[in-house]
Amino acid sequence: MKTHWQILVVDDEEVMCESLAAWLREDGYAVDTAPSGREAVDKAAHKDYAIYFVDLKMPGGMDGIETMMQIRRLHPEAPVIIITAYATVDTAITAMKEGAQEYIVKPCNPEEISLLVNRIIKVKNLQRENTILRKKLSRQYRFGDVISKNARMQAILALATEVASLRSTVLIQGESGTGKELIARAIHNSGERASKPFVAVSCAALAETLLESELFGHERGAFTGATQQKRGKFEMADGGTIFLDEIGDISPKLQVDLLRVLQDRSFYRVGGSEEVRVDVRVVAATHVNLQQAVADGKFRDDLFYRLNVIEIRIPPLRERREDIPLLAQHFVERLSHELGKEIGEISEGALKILMDYNWPGNVRELENAVERAMVTCRGHELTEEDFSFLTQASVATKALAVPAGMTLEEMEKLLIAATLQRTGGNIKESAAMLGIDRSTLYEKIKRYEIPR
Amino acid sequence: MKYLYVGAAAEVDREALTAVRERVAGEFGVPVRELELPGVEFAFDAGRNQYGSIPVLEMLSRRSPADALKLLAVTERDLFIPVLTFVFGHAQLGGRVAVISLARLRQEFYGLAPDREVFLERASKEALHETGHTFGLVHCVERRCAMSLSTSIRQIDLKDAVFCPSCAARLRRTSRES
Repeated sequence: MKTHWQILVVDDEEVMCESLAAWLREDGYAVDTAPSGREAVDKAAHKDYAIYFVDLKMPGGMDGIETMMQIRRLHPEAPVIIITAYATVDTAITAMKEGAQEYIVKPCNPEEISLLVNRIIKVKNLQRENTILRKKLSRQYRFGDVISKNARMQAILALATEVASLRSTVLIQGESGTGKELIARAIHNSGERASKPFVAVSCAALAETLLESELFGHERGAFTGATQQKRGKFEMADGGTIFLDEIGDISPKLQVDLLRVLQDRSFYRVGGSEEVRVDVRVVAATHVNLQQAVADGKFRDDLFYRLNVIEIRIPPLRERREDIPLLAQHFVERLSHELGKEIGEISEGALKILMDYNWPGNVRELENAVERAMVTCRGHELTEEDFSFLTQASVATKALAVPAGMTLEEMEKLLIAATLQRTGGNIKESAAMLGIDRSTLYEKIKRYEIPR
Repeated sequence: MKYLYVGAAAEVDREALTAVRERVAGEFGVPVRELELPGVEFAFDAGRNQYGSIPVLEMLSRRSPADALKLLAVTERDLFIPVLTFVFGHAQLGGRVAVISLARLRQEFYGLAPDREVFLERASKEALHETGHTFGLVHCVERRCAMSLSTSIRQIDLKDAVFCPSCAARLRRTSRES
């Protein structure tokens, strides 16, 4: 549908005005007309049109250029197309200088006008879609969406709201699945940087050299495969916020580089000699105890203090059990819509299981558990039976039974499954617990077809 | 009883007129009548060497018979509206009258060998398109629908001489209302 896009045609010659308006209406647009610049500005003051067609020569002391300038004062982004029967290079240059989107000579080729209108409307549609998505996104990550009645969490939210408009670096500490990124996004969306980018980087996901190029970008030819210059995440986040997740995992070299960015707000691209300056707020997060890492000499103390300007510690779910029913009910409501199931309630027995469980994977694990229960649930209420996998898992985490006659491979599969269960599916933690590296763990999960 | 009139001056290609009449009769489901119309010389613009479609529509409005649901005129002359270099046709959107020009529908206009079949097919498509506008239909995004916008002869050739299901449904709704 095009009718929601309105076009204004401004021309003192009625026949010109009406014929173009009629032609555009046939194309499905809602079109208004104005016989003078003054009337056009009046109309624009009440409505922001998608496109303005303005005739260059109009009597009454207000020509097309002046009309365009006044319209653009009201709507700085307004696409104005200047039409004229008397084209000169001078007027064309003036029109374009003053911000005309296009300058066309009448009579114009119908194909030309049609392409022009389509091009502008396409951009308008994209802009509208972008605005809607941004609004949706910021609604999704507001403090109001952090569900908790726990006093510690309330204090955290109050602190986060308070610091949202500052540029100070924030360090969020908490176990996996506690919602560190959710808090980081809420801080970004509640501050003055909300309209600017929020760029999230998982520092654990990449090797040192890749992470360096990911964060700071690289120049063409900086290394094999660097066929063109690439902007890094710091540059992409300029004006906004960069969220550095799993900061505790970065190498000593990157710790130095990061320290420099935090101190000088500038850096060099990999292989580059030109200094790049950025205005970026840094929010870092980690599931490891960074103070301990500093004490163990694994993390630079100067970087730690730079990061830890504002410290937020999110308690694990088991330390705020009063939130479990609230969160579970929230997930049921959200997922019943997403999964297309009519499940509204959680039985008392099921709630007891949820309250008793230890939740090593925190809120993320609770969300996954609710989803799994809802997928298999046949009624309108989640019951103990739907959450039976949690009680089996609890038993599995308590003691791993090793029946005689089991092969080593079967034993390994069982142990990996139990470890994953215990860590709430966290690969890094599981690999550390099992004493193998992550890629080996991935390979074994794949080989044994272990569900995560 | 209301009729869909197809009108033309004596100079207009008879075969094209028949093709147009048959096509609109088949597509709009309204009985079709022919009407002899005067030429459009009065709309001649010497500066452009073309004929203004706006005065032609005004003349058609005056000449439209009392029992006409719609009146579609066919002319040999090249039409224009002031802001555009030419138009293949022109209609009152949701109104009573429309006109199509055969001038740019022949292969000869583009320096090519004559092709009657292609010419008659183009005339039928334009007739459906402009009459569709009088029933309130606007341009359709479906490229093959007769209501898709044609600003060049290529675009006319790309579409079919039928309405897409969605335009056809809209047309049925408007016809019931009128």
